[in-house]
Amino acid sequence: MTTLTAKDKDTVKAFWAKVSGKAEDIGKQSLARMLVVYPQTKTYFAHWKDQSPDGAPARKHGITVMTGVANAVSKIDNLRAGLLELSELHAFTLRVDPANFKILAHNMLVVIAIMFPEEFTPEVHVAMDKFLASLALALAEKYR
Amino acid sequence: MVKWTDAERAAITSLWGKIDVGEIGPQALARLLIVYPWTQRHFASFGNLSTNAAILGNPKVAQHGKTVMGGLENAVKNMDDIKNTYTKLSVMHSEKLHVDPDNFRVLAEVISVCVAAKFGPSVFTADVQEAWQKFLAVVVSALGKQYH
Repeated sequence: MTTLTAKDKDTVKAFWAKVSGKAEDIGKQSLARMLVVYPQTKTYFAHWKDQSPDGAPARKHGITVMTGVANAVSKIDNLRAGLLELSELHAFTLRVDPANFKILAHNMLVVIAIMFPEEFTPEVHVAMDKFLASLALALAEKYR
Repeated sequence: MVKWTDAERAAITSLWGKIDVGEIGPQALARLLIVYPWTQRHFASFGNLSTNAAILGNPKVAQHGKTVMGGLENAVKNMDDIKNTYTKLSVMHSEKLHVDPDNFRVLAEVISVCVAAKFGPSVFTADVQEAWQKFLAVVVSALGKQYH
């Protein structure tokens, strides 16, 4: 389903260049919203001393995840190959149900819409949605 | 039956009070048709949907967006019995319109993105997003209830 066209990739790269300065904020806020709006996702973080959505572990993790997204942008021409190790991590160690990638992606788009309402045009929206879906597929590659 | 906390009720009614159906509705429907182009299958009679600009400028899309968004009014007014309030609408979407119910979920996500962009972080907080998305999930479920 999700093959990124040349136009998609250009749109994603151009938009990312505009927003990458706020990547940490986007990461922290996306993760926080995910934990609040989809409480079932908290099950993956039972090991955190501080479970609050704006606590230190959550904020740090939001940054970690968003760093991964930034990395994926740089590997946009071959996500499957570029994310192989991350996929193995998610498949064998973290074992996050891939349905959650979609949930986090939605929250990223909500935060991006909040922070960049003018720049997040329908064109950018579709390209980013496709990109995050491709990213999710690449992350799920090694699951089975 | 769905249980709403006082905070959720307040968040939903407050947010709904701020939403301009004539503004958010057209935006949300246009974005649906652009971001998920297969949804255009239901709008063959709407004229030109061939480009994003065409979709964004299409008056039938705008009018229908307003209609759909306006349909949420009934749900806000009947928050404790959305399922029964939407029985006829559900039957219509199934028997007459033949809309895959997954589209309701997808449109709900797009509506939330539009609302987020419009109202920003101080209004559309994480807690408000939680209440709003819970409300939309109930609406989505009610719309799919009469399918068989």
